[in-house]
Amino acid sequence: MSGYLSGLLAMLSINVVVAYAVFMPASAGLLNLGVAGFVLLGAYTAGALTSLGDWSLAPALLAGAATAGLIAFLISFAILRTRGIYMVLATFAFAEVVAGVLLNIPSLGGAAGLSVMAYAGLPVVVPCAAAVVLLMVWLMRTRFGLAVRALHDDESVANLFGVNLRLTQVVAFTIGGAIGGLGGGLLVHQFNFIDVQSTGVLFSIYVLLYVLMGGTQTVWGPLFGAVFFTLVPEGLRKLSELDPSLKFLEGGRYMVFGLAVVLLMMWRPQGVITRTLMEALLPGRSARRTT
Amino acid sequence: MSEALTLDGVSKSFGGLKVINDVSFRVPEGSRTALIGPNGAGKSTVFNLISGVYPIDQGRIQALGQDITGYTVPQRVRHGIARSFQNIRLMPHLSTLENVMLGEHHRSHPLQLVGSARATARARRALEDAGLGTYPGQVVADLPYGVQKRIEVVRALMAEPRILLLDEPAAGLNSTETKDLRLLLERVSGQGITLVVVEHDMPFVRHLCNHVVVLNFGSKIFEGSAESVSRDPLVLEAYLGSAQVMEGGHA
Repeated sequence: MSGYLSGLLAMLSINVVVAYAVFMPASAGLLNLGVAGFVLLGAYTAGALTSLGDWSLAPALLAGAATAGLIAFLISFAILRTRGIYMVLATFAFAEVVAGVLLNIPSLGGAAGLSVMAYAGLPVVVPCAAAVVLLMVWLMRTRFGLAVRALHDDESVANLFGVNLRLTQVVAFTIGGAIGGLGGGLLVHQFNFIDVQSTGVLFSIYVLLYVLMGGTQTVWGPLFGAVFFTLVPEGLRKLSELDPSLKFLEGGRYMVFGLAVVLLMMWRPQGVITRTLMEALLPGRSARRTT
Repeated sequence: MSEALTLDGVSKSFGGLKVINDVSFRVPEGSRTALIGPNGAGKSTVFNLISGVYPIDQGRIQALGQDITGYTVPQRVRHGIARSFQNIRLMPHLSTLENVMLGEHHRSHPLQLVGSARATARARRALEDAGLGTYPGQVVADLPYGVQKRIEVVRALMAEPRILLLDEPAAGLNSTETKDLRLLLERVSGQGITLVVVEHDMPFVRHLCNHVVVLNFGSKIFEGSAESVSRDPLVLEAYLGSAQVMEGGHA
């Protein structure tokens, strides 16, 4: 496989992981615009452990995920007191705080970023992404997954049938944070480098877009969103290389992509992959399965 | 006959408005009790107080021999109280089967698979018992109103309640659906489940219920048998107004 394709596949895998970090709380109706904060926590924890602590990659990735998950758990009690746009702002502010703290730790590279030696190639990144997808598919088929989706639709009624609102939301937010941390660990070891600037608010917005465009009604929405958002800009760029008449796409592909996003939001504000679509594509499926 | 549910001096205000005023009534165990009254009488608010959606300001509520006044909402469903809603409140993005399965959430393990053969069979059986066996996989938002209304009842039954609160279950149903619902509720009642029904469809109430409580402006004005309610002057006045009662009108 060419370096270009393997790099693209690695980026796609990391985007899939990070998309599920946002999907988990989003499927419970919790919008997280601070995924960059969890990614940074995971990246700097795992990166510091392999570069400064001589840890091997696997335990460092797990430690990065655990750290981000722990921080997500701790802040969830405050963040879950907010709703809607205030939650979006609170999670955004959290990511800014994380970035600010990391910028001021010289031993982690500060503004110059953190370089690591350990490398997470495709044999690491792709199975991690596959594991996250499988974990999500399984989770969403459990009673916990049903509770999460019920919360998304109607918290009050879900509570009337025994769903513990706060516990379910805290667990969803924590799992999302941990997955974001795993994504960060993979990111820093795929590029052998991370800095705060490259994982800022735009990163969080893009990932949230993957999820919302893909759809939060089914577990397949984020996968579609991540694939679409990763491959379409690259596809447009490739087209501009192959056909001279499409040269304008080289610089203008983001305009085309932005237009596609606007049209998608107008056409399907609920996301591309919905339960009704899945039922239409695979009739009878949801009578047997629940994702 | 012992009481399944007892409200004792219950009051509730929203801001300066007292919507439930010192209401006391008893629901005999195994009875089919109708909670009726004109619009704005406070019937749905009483349901919200019993199910714990709103805390009560004064008084106490006893259910199945225990004081549940301080119970949380999930504790009440675990104690045996389930309900449906005046306006359909199914989960629109879940399938019929999933909506029904949500009813038994309070007694399931979080990591139990929703699609397990046993859970699916249980939910399918409940749907088939209600004549809804053809809709398990469909997303409920795509289903007709009458079907959604009955799915709500099935969801509440999946909680295996001992007290079932039904808020206008027949509203919006055609005559066939209403009859099917009544037969379903009679079967449910036959299993020993206490029914408390808020309903405006008086023929439905007369056919189904054997005990009636009437509210007006947040206060109880009648409690007794279904036969005697239409002869009570206070009830007639509440429904028809004092002038019509004096002219000999009927509820």
